[in-house]
Amino acid sequence: MSLILILEQSLNGLQFGLMLFLLAAGLTLVFGIMDMINLAHGSLYMMGAFLAATLVQATGSFALGVLLSIPATAAVGMLLEVSVLRTLYARDHLSQVLATFALILIINELVRMIWGSDMPLSAPAALAGPVQLLPGMPYSSYRLLIIGVGLAVAVLLYFVVAKTRIGMLVRAGASNREMAMAMGVDIRRLFTLVFGFGAALCAIAGAMLGPILAVQVGMGENILILAFVVIVIGGIGSIRGALVGSILVGMVDTMGRAFIPAILREFISPAFAGAIGPALASILIYLIMAGVLVWRPQGLFPARG
Amino acid sequence: MKRPFVAGLVALSAGFALAYPAVAADKIKIGFISTLSGPSAALGVDIRDGFNLAIKLNGGKLGGLPVDLLVGDDQFKPEVGKQLAEKYVRLDKVDILTGIVFSNIMLAAVPEAFNAKVPYVSPNAAPSPLAGKQCNPWFFVTSWPNDAYHEAAGKNATDKGYKNAYLIAPNYQAGKDSLAGFKRFYKGKIVDEVYTKLGQLDYSAELAQVRAAKPDALYIFLPGGMGINFIKQFVGAGLSKDIQLMTPGFGSDQDVIRPVGDAMLGLFDTAHWALDLDNPVNKKFVAEFEKEYKRLPAMFAAQAYDAALLIDTAVKGLKGKIEDKEALRKALKSAKFESTHGPFKLNTNQYPIQNYYLRVVGKDAQGRIVNKTIATVFKDHGDAYVQDCPMK
Amino acid sequence: MRRVLPLCVLLLAIAFPLAMQAIDQAYYVTMASRILIYGLAATSLNLILGYGGMISFGHAAFVGAGAYAASVMIVEGMTSAWIGWPLAMAVSALLALAIGAISLRTRGVYFIMITLAFAQMIYYLTVSMKAYGGDEGLTLTQRATLGFGLDPHLDLRDDITFYYVVLAILTAALFFVSRLVNARFGRVLQAIRENEPRMEAIGYPTLRYKLIAFVLAGALGGLAGALLAGQNNYVNPGMLHWTESGKLMIMVILGGVGHLYGGVFGAIGLLGLEELLANHKIAWLAALYPNYQQHSLLGVGLAMLAVVLYAPQGIAGIFRRKNHG
Repeated sequence: MSLILILEQSLNGLQFGLMLFLLAAGLTLVFGIMDMINLAHGSLYMMGAFLAATLVQATGSFALGVLLSIPATAAVGMLLEVSVLRTLYARDHLSQVLATFALILIINELVRMIWGSDMPLSAPAALAGPVQLLPGMPYSSYRLLIIGVGLAVAVLLYFVVAKTRIGMLVRAGASNREMAMAMGVDIRRLFTLVFGFGAALCAIAGAMLGPILAVQVGMGENILILAFVVIVIGGIGSIRGALVGSILVGMVDTMGRAFIPAILREFISPAFAGAIGPALASILIYLIMAGVLVWRPQGLFPARG
Repeated sequence: MKRPFVAGLVALSAGFALAYPAVAADKIKIGFISTLSGPSAALGVDIRDGFNLAIKLNGGKLGGLPVDLLVGDDQFKPEVGKQLAEKYVRLDKVDILTGIVFSNIMLAAVPEAFNAKVPYVSPNAAPSPLAGKQCNPWFFVTSWPNDAYHEAAGKNATDKGYKNAYLIAPNYQAGKDSLAGFKRFYKGKIVDEVYTKLGQLDYSAELAQVRAAKPDALYIFLPGGMGINFIKQFVGAGLSKDIQLMTPGFGSDQDVIRPVGDAMLGLFDTAHWALDLDNPVNKKFVAEFEKEYKRLPAMFAAQAYDAALLIDTAVKGLKGKIEDKEALRKALKSAKFESTHGPFKLNTNQYPIQNYYLRVVGKDAQGRIVNKTIATVFKDHGDAYVQDCPMK
Repeated sequence: MRRVLPLCVLLLAIAFPLAMQAIDQAYYVTMASRILIYGLAATSLNLILGYGGMISFGHAAFVGAGAYAASVMIVEGMTSAWIGWPLAMAVSALLALAIGAISLRTRGVYFIMITLAFAQMIYYLTVSMKAYGGDEGLTLTQRATLGFGLDPHLDLRDDITFYYVVLAILTAALFFVSRLVNARFGRVLQAIRENEPRMEAIGYPTLRYKLIAFVLAGALGGLAGALLAGQNNYVNPGMLHWTESGKLMIMVILGGVGHLYGGVFGAIGLLGLEELLANHKIAWLAALYPNYQQHSLLGVGLAMLAVVLYAPQGIAGIFRRKNHG
């Protein structure tokens, strides 16, 4: 196995992990602060992708379309929060799971009715080719952009959460909601804002990943599960945990998919290795999550002290 | 309180019963199931449009009978396809079932048709098990045996002198058939044979492996959305300069050309049909298709058009008397007509015998990106499994 | 009166296929079988979710495991239902034992997540089983047989016979569950649901009670899975996807959590609604939106949301309220 191969797969893992982080960050905040399990988070990711695809077509510019999709999706998220999700804060987890599961079905069909079941979204032509990172290692320039955007958002998030007043309120709410309320924080407005912010992050992930995966109805379901795995591993309510967890999951998933079949092929037939390999990689991620739940259920970086 | 509940139940059952009159025999009911949503929807849409075109050009009839076409979307899910087949065969009592794109969905759905003695005319999926030991008298193929394109590609790769090849296909029956077919006629060295998850869209991991392996040629069988993403990412990763990409014909037909564009120029592929095949049926088909749908047809549409022509010929032969299922089946088996690729001929296992051509992606006279036929790879080629089929 | 109603419904259920056959609509018999099987699956989930208060988000794994166990038996040539179906129950029960032993050590949302994680693991395992279809699933050439020379009379390939067998099994299962929840075991379980710390303090081995319930639920779910495999003559990993677990949970809520017939009501409600919206044209809906039948899941989702928000007691809750004035 060459160094270049390992390097390239690491970059792939990083790319996937950073996008996962965008989803996990919003999810962990909502879960941590509002104590709400929101299965419809993946639907916001899907909405972001569809809105981006539409706006890119409308404006003719990839950058403009993606940028505009962010406030648009945030608005949709906040609307959802104010209308439906607010009533779920006081309910038990089971009701939240079922209600947001119902929302997934509803939003999927609404999107299908408005846009159809998929929309084309291509990377900007300027980024369709590779960039020479090292001799003998060209890497897709678009994927580099994704990594760049992901890192930029992570830095921005750190800045907002650690250095601003809003961030302080968010951290207070995440670590002890009752105390924050007792101290006079306008909890309802904070919740709506946090939700909108989470939706915005989803939009970035959906728009950026759209050209690589496909903008289609149902795209949220698979990545949603991974986001939940990430926040369980990282610690509910912790953004730092979400970052570490998503990079970990991204790496394990990508490296696992890349190298486990190759290792298996030394021992068994290619078709068999091709089947078991990716499955083992996925199972590994869930094993890690189960392990965390049993031995350190509050996660790697618990938000609650 | 309890009586209304019971009464309601009885009323409901009665209501269902009254809603269904006996089925009339003065039209032909066709159940059409295909993948009409998701990244691979373009294939199902092509098949539906090609099929509808034939019906339209025939005045809304096939074989002289008005067509009642029931269209369903299998959403790329075998369970959904199976449920639709169940509904069409048992509830709607269709005369013929058709339309499915993908082999795995079709294999889940066709037992419904076979058990009810309803013929299934496949405008695309044609997996090897049904060509050999499990061949079925109710199964008819108007496309090509799954292995065929890949066999032609393998022979072509050998003829062109590619010393080693890297193979990628999704991990399902058609995927395995495809690489088996390629290897059957390719005499060079196989660097690696990779099976990806069906429906996978991100190939970064696989592309990194390809780069590390440095093959002369890369042969991929990735239908629909999978192929579109792969080719885009292949070019994006800078691999197109050093490695010759080859695909089976449907991996590089119009449905892929549209989203991928110029990045595909120069790609070789093999198929049983092309836009520029010179026969009157094809010329009419291409012209009418473009007029009706404002786009060029891919081979899926041609296959569906041929399926409709097959049904039309069979029903005409029966003079519209389709109630006798056995007679309908025999008529389908013996139907002789001119298809979009010449005279249509079925083998004893009811898979077609036809020519296979080498095509290259280039620009036509109007500057549009199309597949151009450049050579014939196989003439009157059948399939490798017919000898295992007990049918005569 | 309370005993008469279920008996009436049972009689109707027995008469149903004969009525359908008379009007040549045998399709509805298979649909009814499917509803009954899902009713069994939902009832098994109700045992732990409704009566036990354990929010398991991975129940589809037990149903799916049972389905695969039964299918593998048939593929390998052991077609007797007397072997296949109990084996399916055993496999699911063992799985439930293993998963429950670990998961039940956690509480609340962590329990939800860990059951989900295990279900996903088994899902990926079935995807990797290429010998048994993998992603494509496994098509069965036949249903299980009841054997013992009864075949000409009890041929399960006949949809109507299959329906009656399913009905018999569901009735037996409901009887078993009703005895269980009314016995000491069931009462302890419900008390644990209400206040686990108190039961622990009194001295009950709460983990053991929950685990036993979990295993029983798994076994019943596995049986439902085996029947489902027979019904469809097809299994695929999709049956174990977490969205299937979600559907089962919805059925339980819709039908009535903790109510004996909650699972059955929920299955009838959810599947009936889906079937109604997808396959039977409702005039005024079509006028509103012509293509609505292709979006039947929208109606299903809205109904589910309404139930969760406004009628969390489900269908059974409506009866309960009427009963108590």
